[in-house]
Amino acid sequence: MRNRSSLRDWLGKSALCGVALVWLFPYLWMGLTSLKPLSEIIDSPTALWPEHPTLAAYREVFRSLPLARYFFNTSVMAFGIAALQITLALPAGYALAKLRFRGRRWAFGLLVATLLVPAQVRFVPIFSLLARIGLVNTLSGLILPFGVSALGTFMIRQALLSVPDAQIEAARIDGASELYIVYRLLAPLLRPTLISLFLFSFVSHWNDYFWPLVLTTDEHARTLPLAIALLREQGTGVRWHLVMAGNVILSLPALAIFAAAQRHLLRAVTVRGFGG
Amino acid sequence: MKPSRPADPYWLLLPTFVFLFVFFFYPLGMLIEHSLFSWDLLTPARYVGLANYRSLLRSGELWQTFTTTLSISSAVVMGSMAAGLALALLLDRPGRFAAFVRGAVFSAYVVSWVSVGLLFLWLLDADAGILAGFWRHFVHGRAPQWLGDPALAPWAVAAVSVWKITGYTLVIFLAGLQDVPQSILEAAELDGASPAKRFASVTWPLLRPTTLFVATTSLIASFQLFDVVRVMTQGGPVRSTTVFVYAIYEQLFLDLRVGRASADAVVFFGILLLLTGAQFWFFRSEASA
Repeated sequence: MRNRSSLRDWLGKSALCGVALVWLFPYLWMGLTSLKPLSEIIDSPTALWPEHPTLAAYREVFRSLPLARYFFNTSVMAFGIAALQITLALPAGYALAKLRFRGRRWAFGLLVATLLVPAQVRFVPIFSLLARIGLVNTLSGLILPFGVSALGTFMIRQALLSVPDAQIEAARIDGASELYIVYRLLAPLLRPTLISLFLFSFVSHWNDYFWPLVLTTDEHARTLPLAIALLREQGTGVRWHLVMAGNVILSLPALAIFAAAQRHLLRAVTVRGFGG
Repeated sequence: MKPSRPADPYWLLLPTFVFLFVFFFYPLGMLIEHSLFSWDLLTPARYVGLANYRSLLRSGELWQTFTTTLSISSAVVMGSMAAGLALALLLDRPGRFAAFVRGAVFSAYVVSWVSVGLLFLWLLDADAGILAGFWRHFVHGRAPQWLGDPALAPWAVAAVSVWKITGYTLVIFLAGLQDVPQSILEAAELDGASPAKRFASVTWPLLRPTTLFVATTSLIASFQLFDVVRVMTQGGPVRSTTVFVYAIYEQLFLDLRVGRASADAVVFFGILLLLTGAQFWFFRSEASA
């Protein structure tokens, strides 16, 4: 009996190790490849550790790409989208959760209906729309189409339903304006929801490849995922040490946010599903 | 609550609805209109009626895109659900190591599709990739061209996607397992039910709503795969990985056929609506059953 349970324990532990290996080895291999010179990569593809570790690949990536600009573009875009979504979703969520007015059901239905229209369906007309008004290759063009998040508005509305009306009445009696109520009274109450929403939106747009690919044609508004993916398409023969160095630079910020705020991201995911 | 002033709710909603109009409803109308024209973005558009739809159907392109998308996304859904459920059962235990492994699996879901695509492009590289290296070492002979063989590439893309999104299915299944009452499991154990029996007759039936939720959300999402295809295979070899979004992208940006891309997008949207409708219907009948 005793033997059997310790055997099961051992089996369970080794299964855990196996799982960890399947999910962590690719990252490890990415890191190790980025530290190897190209000759080592080609001569011994299965050698684990670099014989002569070097940061040359990183130097080369930093030298050949305007990384600072891409970092800036990507951060401004992801931050702009997340901030705009929350700024717009708060008053809308408040009106839908707390105020009685004609057309409320209709407005709510319309909002939920937009959940059915993914960016991958809208991009053809939005591209020609933005092309007409000269927003191709601009950060505004990258941010504006994602300014409203139907799911974010929905989540904020749901969270506001549990705020007692009396609290809002009291603020009104004190002479608070509706905007004051939304941004100064309710927003702090929703802190955990807002943090989850912000981080999830930031990370998914930091990672986004599709829309920047469609909307940018030159360096000006290019974002990091696009630039790193282009590393592979440049020149003859793939220089994997460079691609992996770029990949480390691209994935580290997302992994860092994940490590620091895993709990918040999980909250958003269980509500939202994946997609964008 | 009564608004303090009757107009308040309307202007609070106004910014959101301006955005919804400009970036959701207007584009949707334009999409349908464009699908009736032949237009290359450079010369004036010409009205062609339903010709775009007809040529999509007749050329067999639509059917091919549909079956490719369906087979890749079915593989992704089944693979990630099986893996997510198995891992949830394995990792639903206290302890720091289990928490660490949960985090490791979920991290892949947080990293970008581009990162994951590039990573596996390198792991699966036919010449210098580590998998090919192991293959030469242990199996001998040339490694299969995972991404270069039209019979293998769709499954390679699906496998990479499974690796990426299993973190999501794992998290949802873990949440579902919390709702399985411990008392029933313990009662079954006292009655002498084996772990397999307990899973089959208690856990699995009680997980049904979770399973349906994961299945439908991940099917709808995997119908929209694009990044991993763009990075790893560009729709090839021989169009074997040309999924819907990639086909639309290709028609617009490589062939400059706005009308045809729009018609394809309209059909794609219709399919997504059908899938969502099926999801709704599923949950309705689940809830009333």
